[in-house]
Amino acid sequence: MGLAKRIIPCLDVENGRVVKGVNFVDIRDAGDPVEIAIRYNEQGADEITFLDITASHEGRDTTVHTVEKIAEEVFIPLTVGGGIRSVQDIRTMLNAGADKVSINTAAIHNPELVRESAERFGSQCIVVAIDAKRVADVDGKPRWEIFTHGGRKPTGIDAVAWAVRMAELGAGEILLTSMDRDGTKNGFELGVTRAITDAVEIPVIASGGVGTLDHLVDGILLGGADAVLAASIFHFGEFTVPEAKAYMAARGIEVRL
Amino acid sequence: MSGVVAVIDYGMGNLHSVASALAHAGASQVLVSHDAEVIRSADRVVFPGVGAIRDCMAEIRRLKCDQLLADALADRHKPVLAICVGMQALMSHSEENGGVPCLDIIPGEVRYFGNPLVDGDGNRLKVPHMGWNEVRQVGDHPLWQGIPDLTRFYFVHSFYVDAVERGLVAASVNYGVNFDAALARDNLFAVQFHPEKSHTAGLRLLRNFLEWNGQC
Repeated sequence: MGLAKRIIPCLDVENGRVVKGVNFVDIRDAGDPVEIAIRYNEQGADEITFLDITASHEGRDTTVHTVEKIAEEVFIPLTVGGGIRSVQDIRTMLNAGADKVSINTAAIHNPELVRESAERFGSQCIVVAIDAKRVADVDGKPRWEIFTHGGRKPTGIDAVAWAVRMAELGAGEILLTSMDRDGTKNGFELGVTRAITDAVEIPVIASGGVGTLDHLVDGILLGGADAVLAASIFHFGEFTVPEAKAYMAARGIEVRL
Repeated sequence: MSGVVAVIDYGMGNLHSVASALAHAGASQVLVSHDAEVIRSADRVVFPGVGAIRDCMAEIRRLKCDQLLADALADRHKPVLAICVGMQALMSHSEENGGVPCLDIIPGEVRYFGNPLVDGDGNRLKVPHMGWNEVRQVGDHPLWQGIPDLTRFYFVHSFYVDAVERGLVAASVNYGVNFDAALARDNLFAVQFHPEKSHTAGLRLLRNFLEWNGQC
């Protein structure tokens, strides 16, 4: 027995409310983030991820306040992402009570931000989020590219090579979201999950597309992920965290029960 | 009665979660500070730490927190809890950042997990060691009261403690190697994991610390 695989409920938060879209468009309201975070904490979630999808500046203050409230009540690790652009943004979220901060688009525009923030705050709190999408095969081999703007804008960057570079710059963890799958409930894109977990030394969280408990199992056993992240299956009461853990444990996966 | 708990703040990262977990665990007053008077007059002291050891050691020395910690440890009635990099800083030396001399309060090395790191079956293990691992308690200690052996605590680190005096080991954990998850000596208890992030088990350990008289 050793380190447990982690189950991480994700709160996608817009203007102070938890929402979850299908492929980032069709938004459903799932409730108050503080209440939901407390519920997952009580259920035995291993961590909580809070992704701020608020566009406006005013909304950002709400986010800081919400993170503070969650951190006062929830004594498991909390990752905050969405709209993080600078060392100052990272400091603000860490001071609000986040344990880790997830950097996405800003790392693409300025990879040095990853190095600088890892040196300043430690790799353990720097998560690089990668939104990957399958593109045309090269020489008969599958290829995934990084997309921004909710999966609409290609960057031309190879997702696997990018993950390796981010780890070299000091990222402590990769949060990998398949943009082909996010919100679809068809399961993780296991090809890119496996390719990235094999390529980097740091832990990888698989995200995007969970619709059944078998998907969580596949992310670990087939994708090789160290943690699995899901939103809607937990928010809308289809499954609880203990149900997910019991299911994974029954399939030989080590979890914290 | 927990009395006043001082969390030593040497400027490396956010200590709110430690402070808020201590308050949640029942501390009557928690002060986050590097002020000598605050730490000297506190009933209990927490020595946390995040980030790279070189920067931590530089700030600990610059703010004279090393002397404050030594004074706290010398007062056998003052329980001291060191957490994560705070525990590592107690050792003689760390391999991190190309080799950094530490406080040498407890003889021993802080070692890198190694790359590649593999488990007993040859499977590759990721570094940092991040997540919930089983903590094997060694001997009885008041801080383990009410916490079953092999309870999982939350870890996040790339370097681990290897104390010379094996009699000081209060818990061990396995991640490719067996290493020291907790050390205890007199009024000092040091943990590699994060009790403030370890849900009910972590809060219980903090409550035990608040009720501890510093004797083993």
